[in-house]
Amino acid sequence: MDKDGTALTGTPAREGAIELSGAEMVIRALKDQGVKHIFGYPGGAVLPIYDALFAAEGITHVLVRHEQGAVHAAEGYARSTGKPGVVLVTSGPGATNAVTGLTDALMDSIPLVVLTGQVATHLIGTDAFQEADTVGITRACTKHNWLVKDVNDLARVMHEAFQIATTGRPGPVVVDIPKDVQFKKGHYVTPDAIRHRTYRPRTEPELSSIVQAIDLMANAKRPLFYTGGGIINSGPEASKLLRELVKLTGFPITSTLMGLGAFPASDPQWLGLVGMHGTYEANHAMHDCDVMICLGARFDDRVTGNIAKFSPHSKKIHLDIDAAQINKNVRVDVPIVADATKALKEMLHFWKTQKKKVDAHALKVWWSEIDAWRAKKSLDYRNSASIIKPQYAIDRLYELTKGRDVYITTEVGQHQMWAAQRFKFEQPNRWMTSGGLGTMGYGLPAAVGVQMAHPGALVIDIAGEASVQMTMQEMSTAVQYDLPVKIFILNNEYMGMVRQWQQLLHGGRYSHSYSEALPDFVKLAEAYGCVGLRASNPNELDAMILEMINSPRPVLFDCRVDPRENCYPMIPSGAAHNEMILSDAQEESTEVSDEGKMLV
Amino acid sequence: MQKTNIERHTIAVLVDNEAGVLARVVGLFSGRGYNIESLTVAEVDHVARTSRVTVVTSGTPEVIEQIEAQLRRLVAVHRVHNWTTSAPGIEREMALVKVTGSGEKRVEAMRIGEIFRAHIVDTTHTSFVFEITGAPSKIDQFVDLMRPLGLVDVSRTGVAAIARGPEAM
Repeated sequence: MDKDGTALTGTPAREGAIELSGAEMVIRALKDQGVKHIFGYPGGAVLPIYDALFAAEGITHVLVRHEQGAVHAAEGYARSTGKPGVVLVTSGPGATNAVTGLTDALMDSIPLVVLTGQVATHLIGTDAFQEADTVGITRACTKHNWLVKDVNDLARVMHEAFQIATTGRPGPVVVDIPKDVQFKKGHYVTPDAIRHRTYRPRTEPELSSIVQAIDLMANAKRPLFYTGGGIINSGPEASKLLRELVKLTGFPITSTLMGLGAFPASDPQWLGLVGMHGTYEANHAMHDCDVMICLGARFDDRVTGNIAKFSPHSKKIHLDIDAAQINKNVRVDVPIVADATKALKEMLHFWKTQKKKVDAHALKVWWSEIDAWRAKKSLDYRNSASIIKPQYAIDRLYELTKGRDVYITTEVGQHQMWAAQRFKFEQPNRWMTSGGLGTMGYGLPAAVGVQMAHPGALVIDIAGEASVQMTMQEMSTAVQYDLPVKIFILNNEYMGMVRQWQQLLHGGRYSHSYSEALPDFVKLAEAYGCVGLRASNPNELDAMILEMINSPRPVLFDCRVDPRENCYPMIPSGAAHNEMILSDAQEESTEVSDEGKMLV
Repeated sequence: MQKTNIERHTIAVLVDNEAGVLARVVGLFSGRGYNIESLTVAEVDHVARTSRVTVVTSGTPEVIEQIEAQLRRLVAVHRVHNWTTSAPGIEREMALVKVTGSGEKRVEAMRIGEIFRAHIVDTTHTSFVFEITGAPSKIDQFVDLMRPLGLVDVSRTGVAAIARGPEAM
């Protein structure tokens, strides 16, 4: 059958339909879609839209310093609010600079509507100034994209763009608008007039698979919840239902990087992060469980480790809104293709109405095993009185910000993993990080976007000195808009994760991983017109963190940490979940297989 | 995933005939490392503006399952149908085959053409162009037989497929 038998797109020009220029239509559509903030950078091919924006009320434009920054800011905005992030950039370099952010949003399922200017339709294909094949370039890094050649298609495409970005598995879309289309007059249609020809995301679960799933759960002896970003994307209701289900069953729960906050980290049933730098107890539970309940996660290689050795004895339930995730990396026994909120509701409903009971005795034995793994205290580290350990810095940051309205973003690398391991998230939408793509430079602009959405909140980018230099220019944006973001740099003078892998896999040959010629971050902060702080000694750290928190202005915090600290525990490449290494001492005796070395 | 048991599948994809839709389908195959053995595409409904893409691909059953799921994710896709896993359909391909030569070989080429029910659609004193329709394996066989008889050029359409019986895609 057809996804839907009916109907053609759009609405033909009607009596009394509003006539607007293409540029005015863009602004009108943004308003009709409830957009309050957009992140952008002007240029020749979007000037008509910027002109329409000049007169527009109710939409705040945030001028970034680089288009990549605009997209990451929109990601932070989207991730922390559940609303789509909107970006406006020009043709050519404006669009190509947005590509990293688009790919990042695609990998992490972040709803974005990115509007790009394009050269006039009669110039397309002539290698015109600032021309790029934007739909060609972004086809592989968007959920969908459009080149709008007729102004009468523009309103429909704008509304479809929002629908596709925000429904089903969310993702980024690009609408490429030639300059002449922005000038031309045409008929505007409202969102309610739109019905897409083909796009019908499936959100309702099949009840037979729900019943199968709860049967498996009720009979489980060693169950485990493994949850991911899908819970966050489904909205706060999904987190609430998840908590109810986890409490009702008493099962242990772990999460991917993207899923942190869906379940409170302070809860005794919480095992911590799973995967390459996950906890000993979470990974051993993954390996030894007999029923795995995967909710809104996708069996990413950072989670599974060696796929051949992945959780060999478990029956697997897999809930995902995207049917293509089912059986992609790991064969599962009970697939549920649905929105997480709807599926969790049904699971709870059937669990209760069918009066399901867990195997309490087996569960007690299982918990005692888990407690033994927990007793390894795999996140422990040896602290120092003379040098700031990065783990200590994050622990202090957590303790001193506890109870506040905190949002955390990160860059990518060791600091990101330490933050994920140690910062305790109690609520969803509080943790913004680049998971799938691993984009260094994500955190600072993402913090700008988060702070735009939550003006009174404490927004902290836990950063590394290497990552943060990739998008440092956005400090200027933070200063311009009085966004008091806190950039907490764990400065170990190395691309720490690269250095760690070179130590582990490449004989300690630290090829180009030293952060040479670092700027003086305090002076840099002053140059930008914000606050610069530095801590080099553990006994001054608390006071400096408090100074940072209490500052009403943006802060660059240069936290000088131990340059040689490695991030543990770790599943070495090619190993299984029960072959973790916990410390440097153990690592020296660990041979990584040739096959393992191939993996990233 | 095991790399054994590679199967050949014919998959039909009904798409909206919008700009760039073929690039979306082809880009999915190249971007995710799937094979394309043949691909045909043409608009099949000029009013609804839908096109039918028929792809012959190969992979393990797991890969084939992924290909179908990934195709269904494309926004412009109406329907996806696997002719290999469903009730067997009819697969046909057309080829134009040019053979040059004279004497015995020329007679032999014509005789084999008759056996394969190939039509001669162009002829000179030194060449034939055969038009042949059939399953891809039949065309392979025909081309192989023509090779020693002066084969100089082959143009194939790729596979078109349809269900037997009253069922539509």
